[in-house]
Amino acid sequence: MADNILSVRGLTTEFSGGRGDVRVLDDLSFDVGRGRIVGLVGESGSGKSMTALSLMGLVPQPQGRVTARSILLDGTEISRLGPAGMRALRGRDIAMVFQEPMTSLNPVRKVWEQVGEPLAIHHGLGRRAIRARVLEMFEMVGIPDPKTRLDAYPHQLSGGLRQRAMIAMGLICEPKLLIADEPTTALDVTTQAQILRLMRELRDRVGTSIIMITHDLGIIAEMCDEVNVMYAGQIVEQADVFDLFEKPSHPYTRGLLASIPRATEPRAGRRMPSIPGMVPNLAKLPPGCRFSPRCAEAMPICRRPPDLATLDGGHVARCWLHAAPDTRPMGETA
Amino acid sequence: MTHTSDLAPDLPPDLAPAHEALEEASFLRDTVRAFRRNRMAMVGLAFVVALVVCAVFAPWISPHDPYRVALDEQLLGPSRTYWLGTDNFGRDVLTRILYGARISLVVGIVPSLISLAIGAVMGILSGYLGGRTDFVVMRLADMMIAFPSLLLAMVVMYTLGANLLNIFLALALVGWASVARVVRSQTLALREKEFIEAARANGTSRSRIMFGHIFPNVIPTLIVLFSLSIPEAIMWESSLSFLGVGVQPPEASWGLLVAKGKEYMFQAPTVAIAPGIAILLTVLAFNFIGDGLRDALDPSMKD
Amino acid sequence: MLMFAVRRILVSIPVLIGITLILFVMLNVVPGDPIALMMKEHASPEVIARVREQMHLDDPMISRYFSFLWNAVQGDLGNSIKLNRPVTDLILKAFPNTLLLAVCAALVSWVVGIPAGILSAVRRDSFLDRFFMGFSLLGVSMPIFWSALLLQYVFAMKLKLLPVSGFYGWQYLVLPSIVLGWSSAGVIARLTRSSLLEVMRLDYIRTARAKGLRETGVITRHALKNALIPVVTIMAIQVAGLLSGAVITEAIFSIPGVGRITVSAISSRDMPLLQGAVLFATVLVILGNLVADILYSILDPRIRAQMRSEAS
Repeated sequence: MADNILSVRGLTTEFSGGRGDVRVLDDLSFDVGRGRIVGLVGESGSGKSMTALSLMGLVPQPQGRVTARSILLDGTEISRLGPAGMRALRGRDIAMVFQEPMTSLNPVRKVWEQVGEPLAIHHGLGRRAIRARVLEMFEMVGIPDPKTRLDAYPHQLSGGLRQRAMIAMGLICEPKLLIADEPTTALDVTTQAQILRLMRELRDRVGTSIIMITHDLGIIAEMCDEVNVMYAGQIVEQADVFDLFEKPSHPYTRGLLASIPRATEPRAGRRMPSIPGMVPNLAKLPPGCRFSPRCAEAMPICRRPPDLATLDGGHVARCWLHAAPDTRPMGETA
Repeated sequence: MTHTSDLAPDLPPDLAPAHEALEEASFLRDTVRAFRRNRMAMVGLAFVVALVVCAVFAPWISPHDPYRVALDEQLLGPSRTYWLGTDNFGRDVLTRILYGARISLVVGIVPSLISLAIGAVMGILSGYLGGRTDFVVMRLADMMIAFPSLLLAMVVMYTLGANLLNIFLALALVGWASVARVVRSQTLALREKEFIEAARANGTSRSRIMFGHIFPNVIPTLIVLFSLSIPEAIMWESSLSFLGVGVQPPEASWGLLVAKGKEYMFQAPTVAIAPGIAILLTVLAFNFIGDGLRDALDPSMKD
Repeated sequence: MLMFAVRRILVSIPVLIGITLILFVMLNVVPGDPIALMMKEHASPEVIARVREQMHLDDPMISRYFSFLWNAVQGDLGNSIKLNRPVTDLILKAFPNTLLLAVCAALVSWVVGIPAGILSAVRRDSFLDRFFMGFSLLGVSMPIFWSALLLQYVFAMKLKLLPVSGFYGWQYLVLPSIVLGWSSAGVIARLTRSSLLEVMRLDYIRTARAKGLRETGVITRHALKNALIPVVTIMAIQVAGLLSGAVITEAIFSIPGVGRITVSAISSRDMPLLQGAVLFATVLVILGNLVADILYSILDPRIRAQMRSEAS
């Protein structure tokens, strides 16, 4: 058994609305190793961000309902914690960096107050101590001229600096796990690269485990150790990052890989391949394999729901192509 | 023929207008459905319909003559003959309220229509033409909004004299500026839309763009503003009449009825209280309708 | 900040001048001879001629306007015809009463409206929410003069807890303040509610929750300041509504304020007094808007920065 900081089994999130319940996350199981960066990748609507919110206990109440067989955070069961218990974890043991650095900071409060707030909440530190600690964090995340930035308001910082501040906020209590939800999507390419490098450095230096949520396989390749590919609320493929790019096994993953623009390929005359169709409405899922309506390799059997099938090592895929008679369907011991 | 296909490349040109019509019909149907689902709005609508019926047929359904003076029957309490009692001239309070509904409804609707028309034209001109027109219209609107509404209306009534027509003018003068502001901001947004740019590129004249293309798009907003300005106008009229600068006796406006009744608050409180309830219910009903319409037509305007 | 305030004041001067022009024209196109109308048959033609002379009524309108403007700037609004005293004196004597009433009413509306709005937003769709919102709708839909009468009837006439009308001590202010405050409490409660609900949807609220902040902390430390910015600015704009309401409230409760002066100026056709009172009220409204803008800029650092860059 690997040394896991997070071990999720059977995470399911449902929303009750006007027309009955919608299951937005269906029986997710995955692990995050200590000091590892694990990717969650998929198109928008696949449930990546909902996974993050579910782990954080931030799913909107009372419409949303999160259940799990087990969620172990550093060996402690957290899936049965009530709102107060989850609140005590948030910001201290699990922290999150959001997609939009522009809107994720409160416009009317100074940056240092916001970045240092988790210290006040969880450790009851005084203003002076917080300020000193925020300054250290600013230096660590590479905010230039950190002293003067302390008293800045969010609008006075660039997008890249704000995201650095958000990362500082996330790491200020030295959490066991940092969830980064599309942390670079809203930034320009250069800044994107800087932020990604920063996160990798921090992982190497501080040893924080990171869940990296993105729709960009480029970021996955660059950042992650392991990858979970999500489609319509399910994990459809789970693999080591090298395996995934080497031997993508789910047709959806292959489709995603095919739609990455490659510098080496001649552009002329050819449109970039993309997966036809759209992510299905979760309230009206197709029977059987959720990807089958868009799948070029769909077979009659795809009308029955496939289980996760083990290929080799830790590589699993939810596809009938790999459910050969000799492979056992995957249970919860994945 | 060519420009429609530019706008809707997926549809053959001859189908595009039909598609538009279809969309319009379903928009209307959705709106009606959303409105009907709003229970308070339907209650408001029912009340207003009943009120309109009462106002139109007041001479037939009211139990007494509104102007008949009976000095031996002054300030009677509610009874079987006089459901809401009588006033200081022995006139039936219920009858006077029913007749008052005529004035209140007319005063609610007519000035709102006038201020809406002025406000819509000014707002579209200001928003679409911009520049100097915009500056002048908006400064004018600023001035109107800086006047406390009641005082402005009072000044108009002072100058022109207290009668119904002048109430219309006073209330229209008070109301147009805020309509113009809302319409202007919508026009500014619409101006940047592709279909307006396409029309411009086609060489459509400015007045045609403003009143043929932009105006239909602000109609939902205007309907909402209209339904919300009716109760406001009713309130202002009743306030003016209460202060003695609105409708003059022997006409019976609800505000005036309250004003006259307040002298006899101790002997016969219903004389003043009943017409006030009429104002309250009517204003509430129109507000419910207005809220329902706003939610159904334009959810973005909420609050 | 100072630069901004100065600029903002400069911008409102043309508006003010425009308003004086509109007001002056409206009041001076009264059909018929205002003096004769006012004095009716008591005055001999000579007296009328003398008054006309005093008021320069025979000069062309344009020159009368400019002398009115010039005098007004110097604080001279002419003499009341009825009371034969300077309009400025009459207004300044009455204004403290109106101000007291308006401040008390504003306090009532904030103390009631803001907590009601916050509770409604926090407990959205609960019974409490519906109760407060129903109550505030009632407040907005009730004519002030009628709710005044009702309260007078119940608390003064029937229960005899408070005086009916007049102005001789704090007890006399209770009912008028409630009447006047109630109607804007409804507006403030609704605005507070919708503004808070709006803010609670924003990304940085999620960030605050992600830090492990309690829901009360999320609201007080992150949501409230942002949500109350529009509420605070509407408070300053409230001045206009309060002044309109004060006219009615003062009339009903016999409070010797600017509102009552206005009403009596109309009934006695005292043009200079009416003109002065309305002008005074309008200046107050413009000042209120000015204060609103400046408050806005103080409260919101984004606007502050924007102004600083504009000013430099």
